[in-house]
Amino acid sequence: MSIPYRRLLDQITKIRGVRGAMFVAGEDGIVVAEAVVEGIKANAVAALAGSLARRVRRAADSAGVGMPEFVQLQAEAGTVCAVPAPAGMLVVAIAETEVNVGFLRLAMRKAAELTS
Amino acid sequence: MSGVISGGGTRTVEPWVREPLMRFVDEAGARLTLVMTSAGQVVAQYGFTRAVDVMAAAALGAAIVASTGEIARMMEEPQFNALNHQGVRHGVFVAAFDSPRGRLLALVVYGSNSSFGLVQLFFEEFVRDLVAACPVPETRKPILAEDFERELNQSLATLFKA
Repeated sequence: MSIPYRRLLDQITKIRGVRGAMFVAGEDGIVVAEAVVEGIKANAVAALAGSLARRVRRAADSAGVGMPEFVQLQAEAGTVCAVPAPAGMLVVAIAETEVNVGFLRLAMRKAAELTS
Repeated sequence: MSGVISGGGTRTVEPWVREPLMRFVDEAGARLTLVMTSAGQVVAQYGFTRAVDVMAAAALGAAIVASTGEIARMMEEPQFNALNHQGVRHGVFVAAFDSPRGRLLALVVYGSNSSFGLVQLFFEEFVRDLVAACPVPETRKPILAEDFERELNQSLATLFKA
């Protein structure tokens, strides 16, 4: 993984409760760079998060509310968040339920901005 | 292959392929899927409506895998497992895998409702399901020229019976 991507991901994974973060090629649903703990299937998360983001984008477009800026999937044992980044990429984070979502969102948006 | 995407169902020459194939198509959002032997003999298909398209796709898919296999050999690399071509409206994913019935190939066409990542992800599960469902192979008979055309016609009849 290239150093700039690693540094950007480190800014997200150092947040308490974050179990992993990755850059995903949104349309292809494949991992560009990742930093996840053992046990998380990065390829599967990337493929499914990419699919989720595309569907959410269509829903938002159909509803006439513009492009989604932040997607959060709250599950029983954790949360998956996605933020669009330039060049069709997504920043995706996997975190525990107790994570500070506001802080995580800020870090993800900053990482997305810095990729440009 | 224009006009073959809609209206086609799942047709299998070997019944054990049907359930894993249907699950794969459903989960990966594939528009067309073809499972064949490395010689291009069709094992199962989803989405095609005309036999001529199946025959053409099987021949081309087998040729693609053979060509890339030869390039890998020339480069002294291990065989390529899969390749993906991303078009404007459709992507084409071609992969080879080993099964108890020998080496099989799959050709998957997907649209904007799916992605390379999704197809790749669920293809791994598809291969695992297929290998698990595959019965122990009988001792293979040598392929005779006089049997080949009859077997080919039987396969096509099974795939496109009403």
